[in-house]
Amino acid sequence: MIIKVLGPGCTNCKNLERVTRQAVDGLGVDATIEKVTDYPTIAGYGVMATPALVVDEKLVLSGRVPTAAQVRELLAPLAR
Amino acid sequence: MSVAERIPTTHRGQVLTLTAAAAWVTVYWVNGWLWDALLYNGFGMDPDARLTGTVHFFVYDTIKIALLLVLIIFIVTVLRSYMSIERTRALLGGKREGVGNVMAAGLGVITPFCSCSAVPAFIGFVAAGVPIGVTLSFLIASPMVNEIAIGMLFSLFGWQVTAIYIGAGLIVAIVAGWVLGRLGVQRWVEPFVFETKLNGQVIDSSAGLTFDQRIQMGMEEVATILRKIWPYLLVGIGLGAVIHGWVPTDFFTTYAGPGNPFGVLVAVAIGVPLYSNAAGIMPLVEALYDKGLPMGTLLAFMMAVVALSLPELILLRRVLKPPLLAAFVAVTATGIVIIGYLFNLILA
Repeated sequence: MIIKVLGPGCTNCKNLERVTRQAVDGLGVDATIEKVTDYPTIAGYGVMATPALVVDEKLVLSGRVPTAAQVRELLAPLAR
Repeated sequence: MSVAERIPTTHRGQVLTLTAAAAWVTVYWVNGWLWDALLYNGFGMDPDARLTGTVHFFVYDTIKIALLLVLIIFIVTVLRSYMSIERTRALLGGKREGVGNVMAAGLGVITPFCSCSAVPAFIGFVAAGVPIGVTLSFLIASPMVNEIAIGMLFSLFGWQVTAIYIGAGLIVAIVAGWVLGRLGVQRWVEPFVFETKLNGQVIDSSAGLTFDQRIQMGMEEVATILRKIWPYLLVGIGLGAVIHGWVPTDFFTTYAGPGNPFGVLVAVAIGVPLYSNAAGIMPLVEALYDKGLPMGTLLAFMMAVVALSLPELILLRRVLKPPLLAAFVAVTATGIVIIGYLFNLILA
């Protein structure tokens, strides 16, 4: 899985990255987590409210920071 | 496991909310009389002395405003969770100017929107066919008609002033956005905005939330905002307290009242470069009003402070070239000045 955390670097984006790492560790899947801070790229995914989460080029979440448990629920079906 | 997590999930949201509401009412009521009793009777301070006035204002207002903030932020966040910026874009896409400006301003007030998302939001709007002027109406209305300010104004001054504030903010946003749109500002928008292609499917960030999730968002938002703004709050209350205690009553009526034609201009000139959130500025607004500053001037000052902020302008510089950015500030400030004079006239 290639997970991208979208956001310009504000505290919410850092929180989302942290929570995503926790979720990935909890699931025990093999995934890379990248940070995308470039605005044109972020907007290209159709994101208007950061932070956002993209998994294997598919947008799964935008506009808020969920709990690690919620991220796990999001990622579980996508982890193949 | 925290206390909250021990309550069975099915009723957790309701139990927490009810408990919090009861606590809120109690604290608010106690705050109303405690300081009179403590300061005047307990410590024997003279109610008319300046120091007493300052201390009383400080403690009473800190608690009162903190409580109001908690209530307002919570309610607004829960209500706003039903709306999303993706839906706003869908509503505005392809609308022509005029109607679009009006809708954009209204949506700017109710859509949850963080200034840090100004750039992707701008790009997203343009990519969806929202005219630049309409997008600018949204970007002006969003910070200018601030939900915290609405709640605070309502509790401090009543619904008439609040209605004036909302109406004035909307008008400035609509007219300013429309004017900027008419100026043909396309060439002053950074080119990459028009070149960005929307690749992905868009998801609605407000969809599928349970009521309990909304409550949780509300509580998180209260904690987040309070954590962020408490320094500004203390400074604002401190300034308000000093003004309350040391500035003679009717001071501002004499020097900045209806007789002084420059009052609004000075207020806006001071307000634009100031950076504060709506909550921090309220105690100051309250104190200034008590000392005789006219309501029109006061509203203009408040709008100037919250509508234009340096961090937001720095962000917008990524998408707006300097001439457009300058025009953005100038048109908004001018609108605020006009509103100030207008309401001083009407309310006098």
